Amino acid sequence: MIVYILRRIGQSLFALAAMAILVFIGVFAIGNPVDILVNPEANQAEIAATTARLGLDKPLWEQFARFVGHLFQGDLGTSFVYGRPAMEIILQRLPATMELAVTALILAVVIGVPLGVYAGLKPDSIGGRSVMAGSILGFSLPNFWQGLLLILIFAVLLGWLPAGGRGETVEVLGIRVSFLTLDGLRHMILPALNLALFKMSLVIRLTRANTREVCLQEYIKFARAKGLSSTRIVLVHILKNIMIPVVTILGLELGSMIAFAVVTETVFAWPGMGKLLIDSINLLDRPVIVAYLMLTVVIIVTINLIVDLLYSALDPRVRLSQVKA
Amino acid sequence: MTALLSIEDLKTHFFTRDGVVKAVDGVSFSLMRGQILGLVGESGSGKSVTGFSLLGLVDPPGRIVDGSIRFDGEDLVKGGEPMLRTLRGKRIAMIFQDPMMTLNPVLRIDTQMIETVLAHENVSRAEALKRARDALVMVGISSPDERMQSYPHQFSGGMRQRVAIAIAMLHKPDLIIADEPTTALDVTIQAQILAEMQKLCAETGTALIWITHDLAIVSGLADRLAVMYAGRVVEEGETARVIERPLHPYTKGLIASVPQGKTRGARLQQISGMPPSLRSLPKGCAFRPRCARADEACLEEPALEEKLHGRKARCFHPWSLDEAADARRQAPSRDGMAETAT
Repeated sequence: MIVYILRRIGQSLFALAAMAILVFIGVFAIGNPVDILVNPEANQAEIAATTARLGLDKPLWEQFARFVGHLFQGDLGTSFVYGRPAMEIILQRLPATMELAVTALILAVVIGVPLGVYAGLKPDSIGGRSVMAGSILGFSLPNFWQGLLLILIFAVLLGWLPAGGRGETVEVLGIRVSFLTLDGLRHMILPALNLALFKMSLVIRLTRANTREVCLQEYIKFARAKGLSSTRIVLVHILKNIMIPVVTILGLELGSMIAFAVVTETVFAWPGMGKLLIDSINLLDRPVIVAYLMLTVVIIVTINLIVDLLYSALDPRVRLSQVKA
Repeated sequence: MTALLSIEDLKTHFFTRDGVVKAVDGVSFSLMRGQILGLVGESGSGKSVTGFSLLGLVDPPGRIVDGSIRFDGEDLVKGGEPMLRTLRGKRIAMIFQDPMMTLNPVLRIDTQMIETVLAHENVSRAEALKRARDALVMVGISSPDERMQSYPHQFSGGMRQRVAIAIAMLHKPDLIIADEPTTALDVTIQAQILAEMQKLCAETGTALIWITHDLAIVSGLADRLAVMYAGRVVEEGETARVIERPLHPYTKGLIASVPQGKTRGARLQQISGMPPSLRSLPKGCAFRPRCARADEACLEEPALEEKLHGRKARCFHPWSLDEAADARRQAPSRDGMAETAT
């Protein structure tokens, strides 16, 4: 098991290195940040001074070497715009995104799995068909448009929920969170729902397909022949089998939800990392973009590892083969 | 003594998009307590569907359209789901064909056994666990405590089938339906399981319906045989007598196609033609197109009637005792079938 984890970490480091090179070259190509940072009336000397101060006068390979050198000291560079360490700015925004993503994930599972199982057990019923039709909408309508519609209905027309912002926050262990105050929760419902809709549709379709497949298995018939109640067959025999693929997919999706909640955060003015990324790209704030994407890789890789470990907890057959590996 | 199980004219049809598939179309047989019945037929003859119909486990689009199943005085067709659920696993248990598929891969053996106990009896988990352990010992699984902690994939096929048998035996049922339980196993394991089942049934007085296509297996095991063809029972009777003197031409053909020591070197007899599609059965006797003895009379549907004492067949031209003897005399080398039993 330890060998397995170490090997996975090794692979992750390789992915991180590849990402660093790609991102650095990519960001270098999109434009010169000095054009945006300096005063439009600045003269040539001032521009040259700024360029030199930010280290942008050096050739690409030298800039990269310096970046890597700092990286090993735990320094991902200083934001051109804020003048503070890029990592610090990102981490400040991290809790807002995390709580949004986790809430969305919980919503997706709590609503998606039961609906998917229902649609899988009764594929020809009106309820089952409606669920599937709904999931197609959740799947295909653009995320930002769903968000706008949610705002229009719940914030503008009905006036039940606020349209944006994070609301009242409380500090827990030095982290500002919204979900512990009523006002914060009210602010969170719409963006979390918006972020969850797509994943929920995914979960519904996945759960339904797997339920239908598992239902046809001989062991379900055998369970029925044993005289078990249908409740137990669904909750234990079917659910435990379908959770394996669902957990795998959700793990991957949680990573992408944390990393790329960009659209939802922009629509609902949620001050998370996604919004920071958009702002930073607009301002060509290279260190923040690079640091953000590096952090994203770390998050996704970590979640994948956790999913793999969880997977083996769910499926005894995987457990055995991993010990051998 | 009244029969434990008696099936009258059972019909289970599947209503598919391409038409009605009459998988079971007139099956009748009965079974006494402690008796072993061999339900024989080739693939698609409706023997498995008959087994599932007994427990009400036929999935849509299939359903029982006609007939009655009386089990210990109660009508299972009319009884409906709640009644069937109290019987399943408790008084009628089932063992399936492929032991690799019948146990849930993600649940431990003890979980799958305990839940069967708890589904029917209000006992403590400890008591259920003890019962499960005893059942494993009974089917010959060594170190049951350790084995119960394992998952199905850690067992061999034979071991899994033993676990399935142990689960079936948990409540000491009155009847076990075994749907080709040895087909997927090695020959040596097959013999072990067979002997095990025979012993357990004799000890507990459990009746057994052994569904199989393998006449050789069932002839040494069953008290009675019911031979199925195209969804119908075509012949029923005591095993030894059916094997010795088959009445229905199909039964005769089946027996002739089993290799024997005496037929060594001779060409093995086969039944010509193919089994008919269950969607469009031939008019009259379903075996007519493949039968050498068929004539105009066979365009009518024959009924399952008593032809000899205690012997039923669904045929207008059954092999009588005389004819069978004649055939043996005339062509002893060609007619391997008649020799098989002598």
